[in-house]
Amino acid sequence: MRKITLDRLDEFFAAVAGKLKLYIPVDTAGGAQFQQWRAGAKMSDALNTTRSAKDFFFPQTENLMEFKTEGKKIEIIDVRRENEDFAIFGVRACDVRSFDVLDRAFLSEPADTYYQNRREHGVIFSLACSKPAETCFCGTFGIDPANPKGDIVCYKTDDAIYMEAKTEKGANLMDSVSDIVAEDEGGDGESAVNAQKEIISERMKKLPLASLSTDKFGGDKTAKFFDDPAWKSLSESCLGCGTCTFVCPTCQCYDIKDFNAGNGIKRFRCWDSCMYSEFTKMSAGQPRLTQLERFRQRFMHKLVYYPANNDGMFSCVGCGRCLSKCPIQMNIVKVMKNLGEGGENNG
Amino acid sequence: MQEITRDTLISRAKELLASGEVDRVYGWKRGEFCYDVTPALFTDAESLEKDFEWGDFCGANLSKYLVEETRKSEGKILVFMKPCDTYSFNQLLTEHRFDREKVYVIGTPCAGMLDPKRIRDHAESFTSVVSDENGVTVSTLFDGDVKLDRSEVMPDRCLNCKSKKHVAYDELFGEDGGTIASGRFDEVEKIEKMTPDERFEFWRGELSRCIRCNACRDVCPACTCEKCVFDNPNSGVENKAAENSFEEQMFHIIRAFHVAGRCTDCGECSRVCPQQIPLHLLNRKFIKDIDGFYGEYQAGAEVGSRAPLVDYTTEDIEPSDAVKGGDENA
Repeated sequence: MRKITLDRLDEFFAAVAGKLKLYIPVDTAGGAQFQQWRAGAKMSDALNTTRSAKDFFFPQTENLMEFKTEGKKIEIIDVRRENEDFAIFGVRACDVRSFDVLDRAFLSEPADTYYQNRREHGVIFSLACSKPAETCFCGTFGIDPANPKGDIVCYKTDDAIYMEAKTEKGANLMDSVSDIVAEDEGGDGESAVNAQKEIISERMKKLPLASLSTDKFGGDKTAKFFDDPAWKSLSESCLGCGTCTFVCPTCQCYDIKDFNAGNGIKRFRCWDSCMYSEFTKMSAGQPRLTQLERFRQRFMHKLVYYPANNDGMFSCVGCGRCLSKCPIQMNIVKVMKNLGEGGENNG
Repeated sequence: MQEITRDTLISRAKELLASGEVDRVYGWKRGEFCYDVTPALFTDAESLEKDFEWGDFCGANLSKYLVEETRKSEGKILVFMKPCDTYSFNQLLTEHRFDREKVYVIGTPCAGMLDPKRIRDHAESFTSVVSDENGVTVSTLFDGDVKLDRSEVMPDRCLNCKSKKHVAYDELFGEDGGTIASGRFDEVEKIEKMTPDERFEFWRGELSRCIRCNACRDVCPACTCEKCVFDNPNSGVENKAAENSFEEQMFHIIRAFHVAGRCTDCGECSRVCPQQIPLHLLNRKFIKDIDGFYGEYQAGAEVGSRAPLVDYTTEDIEPSDAVKGGDENA
């Protein structure tokens, strides 16, 4: 356990930033966002960032390679830039779990080396949630915000941050800045962290979504839910925008496109959304003709298809971003509560 | 606090359903919390009683849903509309986007809506919001009650409400209001006063947050093309993120041009933006310019009115006068 008092936090960030690129959540006009630390940057007190931390490993747009043609010669230009060490400070337990979900998609054979490189080069400072929001339901997916995973786990109290390295990567980074943040031997670390954990556990029990359960879902439930009448009313006002998928820490679909830059081709990948009418359009046409099918796909993937292919793991982490960002306030909680209840008016 | 109660709207909706005047109702539906209200279709008294909502969080403009919903059957739809929604309704009618005969509009007075995002700025983890003439009381999970002034938690579009008048209805609850000389162009004027470099930086900063979710377009009642160019994979400018961020910025500017003269300033684009980009300011700049060049014009105020940009009169301003190269107001 190491301790840094809040008045010395800048010193600590400066020391880490001296070793690798450091990103911290800062307040912006669009809510809290991760930004590269620079002297004077103030860490946001917000519970979570508007965009999730998946951006670090799976950026919204990424140039994969470029081509230049001269006559019959094609030159392939390597534009890869994902081999730089970096650290993210303040990742919440839900977002840390989202990396496990993404890992299963991107690191299963054949591994996506762009993602893989970023994962290997990233160090995660997770931060326990002292004040969860009414939209939080990570507990539903077995995530404990009092005990987040990550390379270095942090607890923030009124006057200090306590940190404990949990992986070799984390320990190495902490060792490299030990002149700034030393081991808190014989200090108040353990009792302060335990007190924090207790507060968080008590607060989790008070959350309005504390009793939301995944019991009725799982990998074997395709037949049970696919034709549920509730899909109609749940999806009827969906705008078909991509907000839920883009703020979601676990949504992982992308498209690869070639952009003719005039003097060559840039091949890039960008996030895609199953909510879009052109998503997975094939030569035979669009397999999901209406918003009902697109909407159903997203939630069936989170609650049924993904667990079917990943040992029962759900691909929602209960971060609540879709609850606060959906333009029509439709979200996975409403889906979970209304599916399987019989009758479309329950939707 | 809204003047008309939920019960009043429900009982009238039930009457109209029972009489057969309408066979479905577009309204707002209660959610998990006090604020997560969803636009929804109701077809029976039971579901109205159970789920229908009317209150400070019914900000969603229901007019655009009528384009699709009126095509589904011959029956009539009851829809509840706040004053600002009726301008969108008329504009859609002007563009022949749905059949007026298939809709029964009840106008509901509006005291301005509340913005959950603004409430969160003052009260984290809130669970209930009670508003009355003394202000707004927000109950939170961990910090007790927080008392706020209504103006602290209203969205910009309601603080700068342009009209309390319903420009379309079949039936009206309460007293109708009038148009309001609001300060809705104040922010535009501030941006106009910037130097071109400052203005470029302002918009580059705001638009750099865009995640290209397209929520602004999808919610916009002026965006009802059957197939948007940005949804066409053959257009080369398909939705999703683009190869470079410049395209994101152009998307918003192109969209603002596309709805110029048709945008009623309902403010839905800024309400839904997950990145809180003040998109309505782009549209207001167009509205302000049109007002200045051609005389005041409010899209949607009258069905069938010809917007200055699609009309011609000999008094029209010469293009060379409207746009001067290097003009600071351009």
